[in-house]
Amino acid sequence: MDSIKYLDPTTQFVLFSIVKILIAFVVVMTFVAYAVLVERKVSAWIQDRVGPNRATPFFAQYLPFIGPALVRLGIFQPMADGLKFLLKEDFTPAYVRKVYFWLAPAITVIPALMTIAVIPFGSTLGNPANPMVIADLNVGILYTFGIVSLGVYGIVLAGYASNSKYPFLGGIRSTAQMISYEIAMGMSVVAVFMVVGDLNLGQVVAYQQANVFHWMVFKQPLAFVIFLVAAFAETNRLPFDLPESESELVGGYHTEYSSMKFALFFLGEYAAMIAASAMMVTLFFGGWAYPWGGGEATGLLNGIGHILCFILKMGVLLVVFIWVRWMLPRFRYDQLMALGWSRFIPLALANILITAIWLACISR
Amino acid sequence: MTKVVERKPLSALERTYLPTLASGLKVTWKHFKKTVFEGKPATMEYPEERWVVPEGYRGAPYLVKDQEGHTKCVSCQLCEFVCPPKAIKITPPGPEGQVADRTNAEKMPQEFEINMLRCIFCGFCQEVCPEEAIFLQRDYSLTGESREEMIYNKEKLLKLGGVHGGIQKWKHKLEEAKEQEEFPVAKI
Repeated sequence: MDSIKYLDPTTQFVLFSIVKILIAFVVVMTFVAYAVLVERKVSAWIQDRVGPNRATPFFAQYLPFIGPALVRLGIFQPMADGLKFLLKEDFTPAYVRKVYFWLAPAITVIPALMTIAVIPFGSTLGNPANPMVIADLNVGILYTFGIVSLGVYGIVLAGYASNSKYPFLGGIRSTAQMISYEIAMGMSVVAVFMVVGDLNLGQVVAYQQANVFHWMVFKQPLAFVIFLVAAFAETNRLPFDLPESESELVGGYHTEYSSMKFALFFLGEYAAMIAASAMMVTLFFGGWAYPWGGGEATGLLNGIGHILCFILKMGVLLVVFIWVRWMLPRFRYDQLMALGWSRFIPLALANILITAIWLACISR
Repeated sequence: MTKVVERKPLSALERTYLPTLASGLKVTWKHFKKTVFEGKPATMEYPEERWVVPEGYRGAPYLVKDQEGHTKCVSCQLCEFVCPPKAIKITPPGPEGQVADRTNAEKMPQEFEINMLRCIFCGFCQEVCPEEAIFLQRDYSLTGESREEMIYNKEKLLKLGGVHGGIQKWKHKLEEAKEQEEFPVAKI
């Protein structure tokens, strides 16, 4: 480890960045796999079922007691699912627009993964010069919004490229959904940044880290509600899963997709969910900070503690995402747009105004 | 005739969707609690747990033995004839073949096969059997790894069918015959 110190700062930075990217990528992918499992399990429990409990790899029988317990919880199911997706036939229908058909899944996944780059998932691992964020951008949130809205193009493109009616309808709905919610979402965070006074996500966390009462969710509850609802719409989750809506559009935008290309859409959806949860944790729940405060980590142990704290908060939000799926029926097309345009945008604007007045009064 | 469903406009509270959210939370939590904490899912873990079907359930047809453990089937081939999907195939013993291993019968089948993949569990074989040798029993899930495995032979059918103690045709016939003899005297 000492030899790292003799490298020049740029090389060090590149080296650390690559390591962080790799680790973040692997962790996010694992999270995606297990988010799917949690989704299946929680859904099953809510529907009075048991959920996946059969996948048994050969080594499970050598683990006494814990092996069967893991099998019951379906811990090995994601591996089986992943393998299945790899081995399935990749079928491209003859009538699709080939280039876009191949491009669409990639365009859905990449933005979802790129969002993770600006999220501070931990303080430091002892060295203050090396914060636990892949790209410490000064305009972190602008970058996020720019990238996230690209994700919709993947869906729209999939709808167009499939050259068949259900995916097309799904694509259209996705467009409508995006323009209705992106604005409200953007406006809801404006209030947060007005309070913090910085667009850097690291600074947002720093502002909230004192203790639980400094969390933005208590200072800007309305902004949080708007952001939460918009995040559901952004990630195409129920009650706003109009582009997919399997009960009316078969599978929506991914009806014509199979095998790994379908898996990429699936992955994109869950990666977007994880990114949205991470974003909400950063903006509203104090990021990596413990609820009782305590500033940046000075040691390795505390640094890992911060990362785990972040992951825990994210997990809770993911469960909320999954739970809400079974709470509310799907919104109608027009209801969705009415909610976006005529409720949330005025509300977000009012929130900005109130926050501005409040801040002005305080600074006097 | 059209029925007009009255759609009341939502109240201001309802338009916030909060009451819906609350009731949704209540319902989902109730079911979650029931499955996870009380361990009472509505489903059954199939191959290990199975439904116990009631007596008289019409499942797979099996051959039965009489109370002395003898083959009841006399190879009359009525079931083979009546079987709608032609699932039953009987090989009779022929003139020089095996004789029945019980009294009151001349012969028994050399081979008796039921293709369980063809069988539709209609119960005609049970209905038509003059010897009460075949019964639809309570097995409802038959599985195998090949088509050949799903053709059940005589040995397997007799083993699965077991002894049908309740219905003993020849014993009852004997009693009936005895009753016939003393009929006018005994009844009065």
